[in-house]
Amino acid sequence: MDFLLINQGFPILSTLIFLPLAGALILLIMPGDHACRIWTLFITVLTALISLPLFFMFDRSTHLYQFAEHHSWISAWNINYTLGIDGISLLLVLMTTLIMPLCVLGSWRYIEKRVKEFMICLLLMETAMLGVFMALDFVLFFIFWEAMLIPMYLLIAVWGGPRKTYASIKFFIYTLTGSVMLLVAIIALFLTSEPQTFSIPQLMAGHYSTTFQIWVFLAFFLAFAIKVPMFPFHTWLPAAHVEAPTAGSVILASVLLKMGTYGFLRFCLPITPEATFIFMPYILWLSIIGILYGGFTALAQQDMKKLIAYSSVGHMGFVTLGIFVLNTQGIEGAILQMINHGIVTGALFFCVGMLYERTHSRELALNAGIGRLMPIYVVFLGVFSLASLAFPGTNSFVGEFMILVGAFSHSLLIGAVAIPGAILAAAYMFRMYQRVTWGGTNNPSHNGLADLNAREVLILAPLLLFVFWIGLAPAPFLAVMEVSVAHLLEQVGVAGQTEGMSLARLLLP
Amino acid sequence: MKVLLILPELFLLFGVLLLLNLSVAGVGGAKARMAALLIAIGTVVLTVFCLNQEGTIFFGAYKVDFFSQIIKLILSLALVAVLVIGWELKDIRHQIRPEYYMFMLCSVSGLMMMISSAELLTMFIALELSSYCLYLMVPMRDDRQGLRVQMEAAIKYVIFGVVASGIMLFGMSYLFAMTGSTHFAVMIPALTGMLDNPVVLVGIVMFMCGFFYKLAIFPFHFWVPDVYQGASNETTTFIATLPKIAAAAMLIKISTFAASGPGVVSDTLVTLLIILAVVSMFYGNLSALVQTDLKRMLGFSGIAHAGFILMGVLTLDVFGYAAALYYATGYVVISLACFLVICNVSRTGENVRIEDMSGLYQRAPVAALILAVGLFALAGIPPFVGFMGKFFLLTAALNQGHLALVILAALNAAIAIYYYLSVVRVAYTAEPGSRSVVSLNAATTTLGIVLVLMIIALGVFPGPALDVATVAVRTLL
Repeated sequence: MDFLLINQGFPILSTLIFLPLAGALILLIMPGDHACRIWTLFITVLTALISLPLFFMFDRSTHLYQFAEHHSWISAWNINYTLGIDGISLLLVLMTTLIMPLCVLGSWRYIEKRVKEFMICLLLMETAMLGVFMALDFVLFFIFWEAMLIPMYLLIAVWGGPRKTYASIKFFIYTLTGSVMLLVAIIALFLTSEPQTFSIPQLMAGHYSTTFQIWVFLAFFLAFAIKVPMFPFHTWLPAAHVEAPTAGSVILASVLLKMGTYGFLRFCLPITPEATFIFMPYILWLSIIGILYGGFTALAQQDMKKLIAYSSVGHMGFVTLGIFVLNTQGIEGAILQMINHGIVTGALFFCVGMLYERTHSRELALNAGIGRLMPIYVVFLGVFSLASLAFPGTNSFVGEFMILVGAFSHSLLIGAVAIPGAILAAAYMFRMYQRVTWGGTNNPSHNGLADLNAREVLILAPLLLFVFWIGLAPAPFLAVMEVSVAHLLEQVGVAGQTEGMSLARLLLP
Repeated sequence: MKVLLILPELFLLFGVLLLLNLSVAGVGGAKARMAALLIAIGTVVLTVFCLNQEGTIFFGAYKVDFFSQIIKLILSLALVAVLVIGWELKDIRHQIRPEYYMFMLCSVSGLMMMISSAELLTMFIALELSSYCLYLMVPMRDDRQGLRVQMEAAIKYVIFGVVASGIMLFGMSYLFAMTGSTHFAVMIPALTGMLDNPVVLVGIVMFMCGFFYKLAIFPFHFWVPDVYQGASNETTTFIATLPKIAAAAMLIKISTFAASGPGVVSDTLVTLLIILAVVSMFYGNLSALVQTDLKRMLGFSGIAHAGFILMGVLTLDVFGYAAALYYATGYVVISLACFLVICNVSRTGENVRIEDMSGLYQRAPVAALILAVGLFALAGIPPFVGFMGKFFLLTAALNQGHLALVILAALNAAIAIYYYLSVVRVAYTAEPGSRSVVSLNAATTTLGIVLVLMIIALGVFPGPALDVATVAVRTLL
């Protein structure tokens, strides 16, 4: 267990996982809708507060898994309850805990029926999502990974829009079908490894034949590519996003999509490095297709949620591009961009949800020209739109810039064809922003439209803070991942290739 | 005290006699029900009390070991659950209820004796005892509206059952001819030296057919959809649970005949079982996709699950057997949960279509939760027992190198999601329309919650259950 820095004191990671679960169980017997809302908010805020010290106590000088916990679980099969976080998962854990209270606040008025059940689903989601990012045992990981489907399915199927049935079933079947082969791959890894183990760090240390790696990689790839979603597997995403309630969309965009890219970083690269090299070119081109396809499709959307959903396909294309160029800038940029996308797209979905609560429509045409009526709202929307298209000074700029630097240092061609994606992002975000803000002032149904209230400002303000914080001073966030990323590249065996500290370093003080 | 070895079975037989007297005396259904429940609970207590008994009686024809005792405990617990689920026994006429309970208990005692039998004829008689009771329970469904479907189901059940028994007897005769004995204790060592003889293979496979029929493995599955649909909900609950675990246990026991050493027989047998498992899974899952009757759908899904159980049996090693036993137990718990909801949603005992579950969430939130947990567990979603069972089975099968089987099984898990999910969808998102509120009584609600907790507990902490299963199957080898 030399890859773990066992946490001797307070079991902080277990607390983070099981506090929401305990909160959900207590919710079962809680009377009254309002009490349920306050209780859930309390639990999520408490979880967020408990998670904050992770950032400050995190040892930035080691790639080992920190705050680790290790208990035997199913001894007959050598399955353990192993938790731990490193520089790759730390920020994702923090983002998850910080975004959940906002989701509760965002559903405060939007969800009116079956409030208790909705909040239970949110808390179960939080447990499962944190578990996915912290688990260091493959069986534990897979259980959290699959268990997440049930509350998410219910979030869409029960509280969703008019086509919720179609969207929820498509989401469930698509993601589950993707992961059955993941299970087979996990079992195959277990049986091949010597000694037989489900421990992820031990599996990383093993060496497998190239043929075996290729099959395992393909099984992993199917599961993670569907979750990301990468280009040919993305069709579940717009349907699920459009029909899900606001909080569901936010969770989906901010956290669920990241699990796919997290899977690539955590499993594909270190466990099957040779296969990664073999498949790298194809995945890079799939990412490019995703970037351009997502951009062009977003350009044509009339529904705001659909527009942002397709923009997610493009943004996540950038993330996979950054991961598979296999150099420091690319991967660091990809991890940072995962966080950025979570913040910005989450915020945009909140914005659309707030507008929908007022006008009961997400059509661009019906929401045109509200800038005069809702000045505070359009300020937020404007900043998040700019952040989404990677405007300098916002967080996405740093991430996308680093990814592009990584791409260019990998191959001039790959970098060059990714650039139009950034331009497309400007085109579709500005189109949306222009329509919503200045699209005309003569819409009679907009009479009496109220601007954001304090609660809604409270939802968006923290996200706005992070947009500028990461945008202007990314150093503290990059610092936590440096050692882990370097170790990851060492595992892939290309650490030597990152010659010349690149332009991305110029951004850092 | 040799009587301790067979005390649960004796007590159950005493219960059968008691119910026979009650039925002759013409008491009502309520008293017979109470008597049956008390006997069932008593059997549970006695089984727990006799859990660690070991020994043989009746001149070696009857062997009690930990394996048989643990199966008996599961059987008796499931019997209590079936009695609580069928509390109102909606579709059985009052006059024949004492007989109905009598046959039910008699069938369970047959299953219990079958588990412990260590001799071919004892096993055959025990199996037929349990089967004939079931043949009689199926047509007991009320035909007040001219409903004749139960008769058709019963006829099919009997005919297929008799054919399967015939084939099994034929297989037994081969094994007897080869070994010169009907006692397992003599047969197994004798067979070890003959594992390259095709006659042994034919004998073992034909012997297994009787249990393929009980477990509903292709090609002995034809009775399943019609019997599930034709029998009353409560009878189907019984048929779908208790005989399944007993049959799985017996298949494990018989397959140890071939597991004793390497040889042509083991290899061919494993290949054959792989084919049967894969065909069962595909047949069951693909057929279930298009069903509208919920019980019929669960029948087809049961064929698929039987294929999964067979996957553990065909590994011929301790891990696989333990996984199969764990999975079969989980399947019984899950099925009980699903049928609990079906029996209660059905108002007068009529069959339940999938669309009758519409808006169940609004009509009965607890029932909807039980149903959702049950179906997600059948589909193999963690953290429920269905996932852990599938996981262990896949691992055990891959450990023996059956990669193709594992991949096809995983694909089947994905196919199955669709039909389970569409029932959950109907229960949670469809509007109830004019369908009435469903009320569960206190005992049923408690049982439902206990079953849900068991489904979760077995899935999250499979260690102890798996250890028990491992210890149990080790006594066979």
